[in-house]
Amino acid sequence: MKKRHIYLDYAATCPVDPRVVKAMQPYFFAKAGNNMSLHSDGQRANEAIEEARKKIVKAIGGKNGKLIFTGSATESNNLAIFGLAAVNKEKKQIIVSAIEHDCVLNSAKSLEKAGYKLDFLEVDEKGRVKLEQLAKMIGKKTLMVSVMQANNEIGTIQDITKIGEICKKAGAYFHSDAAQSFGREPIDVEKMGVDLLTLSSHKIYGPKGVAGLWIRQGVEVKPIIYGGGQEGGLRSGTMNTAAIVGWGLAGEIAIKEMKRENKRLLNLREKLIEGILKNISGIKLNGDRNKRLTNNVNISFGGIEGESLLLELDNHGVMVSTGSACSSASLAPSHVLMAMGAGAERAHGSIRFSLGRWTKEEDINYLLKILPKAVARLREVSVL
Amino acid sequence: MNYSKKVMKHFRKPHNVGKIKDASGVGEVGNLVCGDMMKLYIKVKDEVLIDVKFETYGCAAAIATSSVITDLVKGKKIGKVLKMSNKDIIDELGGLPPIKIHCSLLSVEALTEAIWDYYKKEGKKVPEELRERHEVIAKMRQV
Repeated sequence: MKKRHIYLDYAATCPVDPRVVKAMQPYFFAKAGNNMSLHSDGQRANEAIEEARKKIVKAIGGKNGKLIFTGSATESNNLAIFGLAAVNKEKKQIIVSAIEHDCVLNSAKSLEKAGYKLDFLEVDEKGRVKLEQLAKMIGKKTLMVSVMQANNEIGTIQDITKIGEICKKAGAYFHSDAAQSFGREPIDVEKMGVDLLTLSSHKIYGPKGVAGLWIRQGVEVKPIIYGGGQEGGLRSGTMNTAAIVGWGLAGEIAIKEMKRENKRLLNLREKLIEGILKNISGIKLNGDRNKRLTNNVNISFGGIEGESLLLELDNHGVMVSTGSACSSASLAPSHVLMAMGAGAERAHGSIRFSLGRWTKEEDINYLLKILPKAVARLREVSVL
Repeated sequence: MNYSKKVMKHFRKPHNVGKIKDASGVGEVGNLVCGDMMKLYIKVKDEVLIDVKFETYGCAAAIATSSVITDLVKGKKIGKVLKMSNKDIIDELGGLPPIKIHCSLLSVEALTEAIWDYYKKEGKKVPEELRERHEVIAKMRQV
């Protein structure tokens, strides 16, 4: 029997859509010009880049601003935070939600070391930021507020529009990391009142190595990378034409198919959640049941450490990820779940299943078949 | 981070899982905050560990180190077992990722605590080295 292979880690990264791969192909060889070159090959690359930029800007309703292509969402978040801080020296408070991605948290912490006042916005037990706390924290000294649209671990979607209103009233810049939500949830930077928005390509079936930061007109940002002056001086370095072209198409496809795909994924997500709730005891769904990304299921399994379950499922050909960082560089339990007040056991025992474009119902059926056995096997070994 | 084949083998099919009802000694170490907890049961006859079993909550390395230490000490004399270090565990497993080295220490500590428990239960005179090791482990638990 052929061993199964089921990829349920789309929130980590996605395979590149074959349509996107095809669109990228010419830019590796036949159309390899540098967009900064004046000759026709360079101009052709430049046109392709601008066309992609238009597509992404259109997808977020961003005509009142500019999109800067970067190398990763991490870089975009760094550019937003350090870039704003370098311009606005008099404002020394930064507010970020406690459940931001490490690239936001660690950038903000770096500024804290340089003398900034860093305040963490708390979340409730479902991972929703406490708006009343933000209203109290924010003030004339607030340089920026950074809250992600949807969380990468638990999929909780924030009320970005409300946060935008609070920021506007206080005169603070509002940055939102939409790396997980762009192409999955509707985005309108005008409605949301966002001043800076981080976008990603590889989470929506585009290539890795390209991302973006959208900056509202009139918002001044200093670069963090200096060189030949690409991207209006905000991001020097030769443009990754093939990747940018690929992302443009990936974004266009995601927007076009969003409604239908979300409906499909929602069905699969609910089937998976229901199936786990029904067949496995001692579990807890993390995050908000309704205000969550259609592709995210995050569950804590009592008595089991997440990494063990990840590897057990891998043994069955199912790729998932753990919220607890035990499998990566640090041993600390997930800061997201800890911020939600989940406690150490729940934080260590969490698994994220993230669905995507090629997830089929039979994949969910198979997972629901093997999961109870995998959990039982590890609970038998466990001391808890 | 990658695990050796031996680690994965022990993780997938751990040896000596379970409890010993009439254990001569039981050692429990680790805590939930760190995400690793081990409980080691030993049955001793004529100073020989005639049976060893474990229960572990933790990552693959925690389960594998628990499993391999039961293999390494079963049938051996206490005096010999007490000379073992976490390096023996790591070597037997064909290496551990640096970030998982603490799991091997934890398994040695569980064993130490089980033997300590045995000495106390039997009312035997505790060797000085064992007492020192036990006190270090007990102190760490308070932190």
